[in-house]
Amino acid sequence: MDLIKDIITGICFFIGSLSIIVGACGLIKFPDVFSRIHAAGMIDTGGTAFFLLGMIIQTGWSLITVKLLLIGIFIFFTSPVSSHVTANLARQKKIIPFGRKIGKLL
Amino acid sequence: MYLAALIACAISGILILVRAILGKTTFDRILAVNTLGTIIVIGISLHGFYMERPEFLDIAIVYALINFIGTIAVLKLFSTGSLGEIKK
Repeated sequence: MDLIKDIITGICFFIGSLSIIVGACGLIKFPDVFSRIHAAGMIDTGGTAFFLLGMIIQTGWSLITVKLLLIGIFIFFTSPVSSHVTANLARQKKIIPFGRKIGKLL
Repeated sequence: MYLAALIACAISGILILVRAILGKTTFDRILAVNTLGTIIVIGISLHGFYMERPEFLDIAIVYALINFIGTIAVLKLFSTGSLGEIKK
């Protein structure tokens, strides 16, 4: 039973590590703010979800599980809010998206 | 297992820090710092599990709260020029 727990946790950590490294590479390689928000959302959802899922499987039922679930729920609710505020403010400050002409903002 | 995940967090954090230093506009830097905060929350939790002291999760909760409020405060300061109007 312990071995199965370790294997499932290892798979979850592998997917989480892949997700955050791919997100960080995208954050460097993408050309624009509006496309970098996409890569940041990849880190905030995929990485956090799989790492917290792996740690929840590892601990079982205790107070630590409640704390991990609190962190997960909080990040799930606040990450879209901050991404939306950043994109909205970038649009208000007339940042031109990649590939658009200057005259056509929307 | 925890050590490998911590190394992945460190590599990802270094890449995000490069974007925060090189960023063209202010929004790039704000987005990179916000994402770095998320990576640090994951890193604190993993470090607590690695050292077998899960009390670090309380620090991770507080870091997540302060990260969100700090991002919104910096964006509001950049948008309006003040952190709140005083009505007279």
